[in-house]
Amino acid sequence: MSSTTAGAPPAAAAARVETPFRRFVSEFAESRLALLGLVVFAIIALVAILAPWIAPQNPYDLAQLDIMDGRLEPGSVGGSGITHWLGTDDQGRDMLSGIIYGLRISLTVGAGSAILACLVGASLGMLAAYAGGRTDSLIMRLVDLQLSFPAILAALMILAFLGKGILNVVIALVVVEWAYYARTVRGTALVERRREYIEAAQCLALPTHRIIFRHLLPNCLPPLIVVGTMQIARAIALEATLSFLGLGVPITEPSLGLLIANGYEYMLSGKYWISFYPGIALLVTIVSINLVGDQLRDVLNPRLKK
Amino acid sequence: MTVFLLRRLIQAAAVVLAMSLLVFLGVYAIGDPVEILISPEADQIERERAIQALGLDLPLWQQYLVFLGNALRGDLGRSFVFNEPALQLILQRMPATLELAVGATVAALIIGLPLGLYAGLRPNSTLSKGIMAGSILGFSLPTFWVGLMLIMVFAVQLGWLPSTGRGETVEVLGMRWSFLTANGLAHMVMPAINLSLFKISLVIRLTRAGVRETMLMDYVKFARAKGLSPTRITMVHVFKNILIPVVTVVGLEFGGTIAFSVVTESVFAWPGMGKLIIDSINVLDRPVMVAYLMIIVLMFITINLIVDITYSLLDPRVRLEGKA
Amino acid sequence: MTPPTLQVRNLRTHFFTRAGVVKAVDDVSFTVDRGKVLGLVGESGSGKSVTGFSILGLVDPPGRIAGGQILFKGQDLAGLSEEAMRQLRGNRIAMIFQDPMMTLNPVLRIDTQMIETVLAHEKVSREEARQRARDALGQVGIPSPEERLRAYPHQFSGGMRQRVAIAIALLHKPDLIVADEPTTALDVTIQGQILAEAQKLCADFGTALIWITHDLSVVAGLADDIAVMYAGKVVEQGPVTQVLDQPLHPYTVGLIGSVPSRNKRGEPLRQIPGMTPSLLNLPAGCAFRARCPRAEARCAEPPPMAEYRPGRHARCIHPYEEAVAA
Repeated sequence: MSSTTAGAPPAAAAARVETPFRRFVSEFAESRLALLGLVVFAIIALVAILAPWIAPQNPYDLAQLDIMDGRLEPGSVGGSGITHWLGTDDQGRDMLSGIIYGLRISLTVGAGSAILACLVGASLGMLAAYAGGRTDSLIMRLVDLQLSFPAILAALMILAFLGKGILNVVIALVVVEWAYYARTVRGTALVERRREYIEAAQCLALPTHRIIFRHLLPNCLPPLIVVGTMQIARAIALEATLSFLGLGVPITEPSLGLLIANGYEYMLSGKYWISFYPGIALLVTIVSINLVGDQLRDVLNPRLKK
Repeated sequence: MTVFLLRRLIQAAAVVLAMSLLVFLGVYAIGDPVEILISPEADQIERERAIQALGLDLPLWQQYLVFLGNALRGDLGRSFVFNEPALQLILQRMPATLELAVGATVAALIIGLPLGLYAGLRPNSTLSKGIMAGSILGFSLPTFWVGLMLIMVFAVQLGWLPSTGRGETVEVLGMRWSFLTANGLAHMVMPAINLSLFKISLVIRLTRAGVRETMLMDYVKFARAKGLSPTRITMVHVFKNILIPVVTVVGLEFGGTIAFSVVTESVFAWPGMGKLIIDSINVLDRPVMVAYLMIIVLMFITINLIVDITYSLLDPRVRLEGKA
Repeated sequence: MTPPTLQVRNLRTHFFTRAGVVKAVDDVSFTVDRGKVLGLVGESGSGKSVTGFSILGLVDPPGRIAGGQILFKGQDLAGLSEEAMRQLRGNRIAMIFQDPMMTLNPVLRIDTQMIETVLAHEKVSREEARQRARDALGQVGIPSPEERLRAYPHQFSGGMRQRVAIAIALLHKPDLIVADEPTTALDVTIQGQILAEAQKLCADFGTALIWITHDLSVVAGLADDIAVMYAGKVVEQGPVTQVLDQPLHPYTVGLIGSVPSRNKRGEPLRQIPGMTPSLLNLPAGCAFRARCPRAEARCAEPPPMAEYRPGRHARCIHPYEEAVAA
């Protein structure tokens, strides 16, 4: 890879060996819908990261809010001279800014919980596969128990006992999600363990951690990536739902779900925008991640390959 | 069959026991049980008395046995807010949730099966592609937001359907039901559709995949070679085969539907168990939370058991294995 | 003079795939008379099964009949509507499939699957249909048919299931049965029983039978006539004893040579070199020439079907004129 630089002439490009990564990229790009999803998600992520620089207003800074600007329709100009393209909420908060900052929180919670759950789940899954016996059956029983119980309920109960807060939401999400990763890693690791190359590595008396990290784990990566992508979308949706129910993030740092909840009571009087636009933002985020995940699953699934 | 049943029952009992331990530990490990089980308004003497009465001065394992014993006698504590037994409180609200969940399941089958069947029989038609795109949306749409949008369009803008509540109810078998009155049914339409959104998508996908797989089977070609009408092939030979996985999944999902009705009930102010639990969490009515959790676990186990039995009745191959 | 039960003329069944047109059946002609058995022989992928499905009008997209005639008692099936075709299927023309484990619907009882076949073509009472089903099961040698009617397919062995499938095919005493390798998946002893029954039934009812197989030894004992297919074309046809004793086409010679037999013990088995060509990009001319020991430059021209001896047709420009020791 390193010898073939991007500036290579076309003739050299044709002669290039097809690396697995390159094949992966070209297969992924076969679905235009998935590419679109990737682009949209990249934009959303960028907007979330750059929130302080691109949002018209800092929605957390109470000094910038004017209660007189409350519940303005989309497109109206507020007292501070800002045009509120998506209207304002009951506090006079610019909805566009609220959504941009809300995305930031939703994405952080979603991605953060997914990564943490992945770490926890993958470790336990690997432990189950490698240790086998009692450890394995104990971990897998826990997984079964966790998966047979609806995520929303488990998260609800954990938050009920822990209380609100971003950290608590992340903990709850990790608790309800780790099992998916554990099952995935264990399944793949069990298959890989029986392969000759692992036996060869064991015959060479390579240390266990080397076998796990250099041989087993890389093979578990493709399914983990697929599960991880889908779980990020799930985590974002779940966080929004929990916040909507008033059990997620605190009022001071509204995520998309809380913004939607705030608009609930104004919906009945026809002030749709407070709930409508954050919902659209949430929907677009989830759909774009799912589109990417769907295609990843098709591309990375060895069973679908001829 | 009896052996099969017995084995499943023992398994179920073991899971209930495990869950009760988990709930017990959840209550006692996270936070102070005194705070959880005794009303915060109680004064010091009342607290002391309650601690003794609840056996909170006993060792943990003895406390668990007491908890288990009380639970077996149907005593899951009293609600702080309503000052009623928590169990009774939940059971009162159960019919509302059950009828909503059943309504959603029925809606999912009525809408999902024909659409999935069509998409499976004509996978390349434009309508099929639309159906499949719609099903992806059904998986991605946040339920509570769709609920709000339904209210906005059909209740606020068009005024066709009532936005919240259960409407008129009739008492049958000592429980109040909405679906037996026109007004109640009108109240039920939006929440049921909202709750079934995810399940409709699921049924569509399962049905479509099943139809496509089954259509390739030799026995379908053989059925055609027998000169059967396309209707008979679709409705009997194909449909009966795909019904097995669909029924299993929809059945398994019934528990999830009841769990997810928490969201729908909150959106539509539907006075069921889900609304009760959210309200209880918001006011920290912990005995109700504990009771709700135990009931949900029990419900889940029962549903799994019923699904297993139905499955074995539907698929003769499973039935035989049960006998052996 | 009554027309023969089935007369296939220049049948072409093509699959229009994205990669190109696959000529699975390309210019196939044969005739089967009442009470006669035609053995349709070839390697897998030679188009023999597609020929069978074409006769029943069961070719699935992207395949379709692109030309030729299928005259069933004088009536052209290729031009028939789907509904008219459906009324013939299972009624006048029946089919038996290769894998008996797969042909019966696993979730329906045997009686359901048999009664529906009766009711699809005749307005009779359910009870009478059941009676017919019971009789048909008895005919194919299934003991205690009344009891077996209430069973599910998985309660039968492979051989029994194939008998049930044959019983279903016999329900309307059809004029023609297309049997697509019906004994391939079965044990040798069961295979023998089923062959004997098939022969007897044809003789009893005057049913014409097309027996599709890759196994020459099956055809030798069963068929009256034989048609050998290669790459979508019939390369040789004629009365079975003549074709097997004095094959004209090099492919037929090769096929016969690859059958292990007692007489050749100790000799290495002969085999046809190479493999069946892909039907997608078939070379012009004789499709067999790449594997043919007698191939020459002229074989690049498509060889016509010619009658070399009375009733003996072959698609080869240099057939074995003398009897070859096979």
